[in-house]
Amino acid sequence: MTTTRATQASTAQVYQIFIKASPDAIWEAITKPEFSARYFYGSRVETTGEPGTPFRYHSPDGTSLWGDETVLESDPPRRLVVTWRSLYDPRLADEPASRVTWQIEPQDGGICLLTVVHDRLEDAPRTAENVSGPGWMLVLSGLKTILETGSGLRDS
Amino acid sequence: MDGDSDQVFKALADPTRRHLLDRLFERDGRTLNELEAELEMTRFGVMKHLRVLEDAGLVVVRRSGREKLHFLNPVPIRLIHDRWIDKFTERRASALVDLKKELDES
Repeated sequence: MTTTRATQASTAQVYQIFIKASPDAIWEAITKPEFSARYFYGSRVETTGEPGTPFRYHSPDGTSLWGDETVLESDPPRRLVVTWRSLYDPRLADEPASRVTWQIEPQDGGICLLTVVHDRLEDAPRTAENVSGPGWMLVLSGLKTILETGSGLRDS
Repeated sequence: MDGDSDQVFKALADPTRRHLLDRLFERDGRTLNELEAELEMTRFGVMKHLRVLEDAGLVVVRRSGREKLHFLNPVPIRLIHDRWIDKFTERRASALVDLKKELDES
């Protein structure tokens, strides 16, 4: 059975999940370090959410940067677009920057549809393979769990 | 798809739809024409199956210019995994998978 994705790398990946939370709560979970530490592999996010400002992911021990990017677009609490390079792995770090779009769409019944589009991956095939499948899935299912139950998947 | 894993299980309970997911797993972001070309089925039939997958949240459709591209959204399967696989001891499950493999190979 194969577990790795896409021999022919796609230029975009799309992930969607329904979360029982308000747009504000989801926006906070994306942009606040105390949340990201609990679903983003322990990484602490640093951002003001303002376009043109830095968007960083600090390693869990705080000694290095997993992401040192820029906010491209921001429309709180609906849409956040950032650049992406995978600095946590030297094999991926020198690939050109790709782009991650977080989109939050309120639905009926206090539920939001969260969509993550990771695109501009044409020139970053190793990054594309690295983040695909379990990569983003774990992040999104972890984010949902935290917002809906208050505890992280990996908490015990 | 929220809390509604019934739809996901139903969507997965069909060989053509599983085949479509496999095709998208291999290469994401395909048009209906591409997907149709690999199946011995009418365009209408493929559309119907894609719609079931879309309703279950397993396929996301995005427009790119004039084209409609179909993307695999693996998150609902992950949620079922979290709910139904993590819950029961993974070790026991994997022991059975190993056993099945051994039996299949012998």
